[in-house]
Amino acid sequence: MNLILDIAWTHIRSRARHTAVAVAGVTTGVGFSIMMAALMQGSQDDFINRLVDAIPHIVVSDERREPPRQPAETAYTAAEFHGLTPIAMRPGIKNPLATMAAIEQWVPGAVAPSVQVKGILRYASRDVSASITGIDPHREPRVSTLAKQMHAGTLPSLYRTTNAIILGDRLAEKIGAKLDANLTVQTAEGARITAQVAGLFHAGVRSIDEGTAYVLVKTAQVLAQQTGLVNEIRVRTTDPMAAREVAGRIERETGYKSVSWQGAQEDLLSTFVIRNIIMYTVVGAILLVASFGTYNIISTITYEKARDIAILKSLGLTERIVRNIFVVEAGMIGLAGAALGFGLGHALCRGLGLIEIKNPFLDADHLPLAYTGWHYVIAACVALGSSLAAGYFPARKAARVYPVDIIRGAT
Amino acid sequence: MSSAEAAALIEARKVTRILSGIVPTTLVHDVDFAIAPNRFIAITGPSGSGKSSLLYLLGLLDVPTSGEVLIRGKPTHHMSEHERAFLRLSMLGFVFQFHFLLPEFNLLDNVMLPMRALAARTEQQMRERACELLAALGLSDHMNKRPDQLSGGQRQRVAVARALANDPPVILADEPTGSLDSNASEQVFQILRDLVDRHGKTVVAVTHDLGLAERTDCRVHLADGAVVSTGPRRCDLHCADRQSRQGQLCVRRQRNDQSHYRGAV
Repeated sequence: MNLILDIAWTHIRSRARHTAVAVAGVTTGVGFSIMMAALMQGSQDDFINRLVDAIPHIVVSDERREPPRQPAETAYTAAEFHGLTPIAMRPGIKNPLATMAAIEQWVPGAVAPSVQVKGILRYASRDVSASITGIDPHREPRVSTLAKQMHAGTLPSLYRTTNAIILGDRLAEKIGAKLDANLTVQTAEGARITAQVAGLFHAGVRSIDEGTAYVLVKTAQVLAQQTGLVNEIRVRTTDPMAAREVAGRIERETGYKSVSWQGAQEDLLSTFVIRNIIMYTVVGAILLVASFGTYNIISTITYEKARDIAILKSLGLTERIVRNIFVVEAGMIGLAGAALGFGLGHALCRGLGLIEIKNPFLDADHLPLAYTGWHYVIAACVALGSSLAAGYFPARKAARVYPVDIIRGAT
Repeated sequence: MSSAEAAALIEARKVTRILSGIVPTTLVHDVDFAIAPNRFIAITGPSGSGKSSLLYLLGLLDVPTSGEVLIRGKPTHHMSEHERAFLRLSMLGFVFQFHFLLPEFNLLDNVMLPMRALAARTEQQMRERACELLAALGLSDHMNKRPDQLSGGQRQRVAVARALANDPPVILADEPTGSLDSNASEQVFQILRDLVDRHGKTVVAVTHDLGLAERTDCRVHLADGAVVSTGPRRCDLHCADRQSRQGQLCVRRQRNDQSHYRGAV
């Protein structure tokens, strides 16, 4: 075996108890870091997945952000216009079917129209405001998971009666309406209809389950009192992460405001960044504390082995070799701690995965955990790095030992 | 320069070592001599006279405050730590008052240690060499034992084996018999004597034991860090132009021939 490895191994083996404590420190650090990262990442991923599933990836709405491009701007590069205001026009997307067809041609995913209306649902003298969305039951399954979220009735049930409505299960519970119940829907535009509950859905996000109802596009147009109105085109992209780029192109091509789910949830996503910074700071702190154990053991060994170090140097071993012996010892502790920490981290994750828990915002019944190799790699790298750093300083001090001083003291 | 000086293994030129501190202490003062091959030299003197300090300077463990130490004619004061370490590994073997064997390693591993550091032999060759050395020193039955399973004399013999591992021409011994009983001391002394007489090594040994010092080829006596006399049996202090060489120690070796070795021990 290599001389450095041989001496390093002998040292840490001869201080088995101290070494075990140092390894246990690193193991605990790595294990809890992996568990914490899995929990934080898992909850974040779970939340994003639910969010991405629950809402359309891109919403194209009739709000124009910029005035239409002027012909002179197209003809002359030097032409520039300031102070133009968008044209006042009828609400809704102009010629929605043609717009949808244009988008469908290139968008990697599906497109569906919708009409958004704010209204009040009244049932048994109980009023609850809700966001009423007019949908096309044939196209809707292609842009959202609403069809899968139905736990009473189906999307085509909207065709069953003249004014059928699908409610979020918590919304139905709030007003006490059951399936087939007839309730009154009233909007700020002055429309008032009686609608029959044709289905219930459960998205898993409380705000949606408590405040959303679905009707046919035509019914929503009646509620908005705008015949032929489509004020939203909803797009579901094949790759949800590409939504931002697709939204940008739609906006450029149609001139309509086009917001990706990332854009709509920008505040939320930025809080995830802060959350991740906090997480990695805490994980780093855990591993840093664990490295103190390594520092302690390497310092102890170098102190106890001062005479041996002097002898090794008197025999002709260089400072570099002596330093490397102790750095390798720290590395061995770090590696052993990381390897055992993998097992502990995995066991902790499995254990946490078994715990049933109720989240007030989500309906998950178990803690969401993300199992990814990166957490193991990051924890191992930080543990190994901090162990090596913890070992380096006492090793450097040991390597600088002046052998004559030690030999004189020993004799 | 005489032929003896040219052939010197180790040469000290006006070496002075002052320990810095609030009150600077002179450990070695203006020592100036050369050590030719195949000699057994004893450095004697009272405690605190600078014997060990001089040995550490000759062995490149310490650096002179002024003057210089030359190994085979090469000045060492400008050498890097790495070059000095290499010279210690290849040219010099150390034996200390205490064996200073690594307690976790068995005898074979302890003896192989300098060879592994020098990395000039294969693992098999190192093992064979270590076995040969231990066998030659009467330790063939103990090769796989740890140092704490041996007597003091046996441990010191292992230390000698370790010093010889890389076959260095010079063995520097600091009170090699200092912690041994009289029998063990005699054994270790005889081993060192044989190294000179049979194997052509040069041994420089610091000792308090004047009886043993008497049996070496040459005795260098120090007081207050300076060489005050040399002698006795097979060397005598002789230097025709001592004053002109500013106190350089000049010794004639009588054993081989009657020629004068100016400035060489």
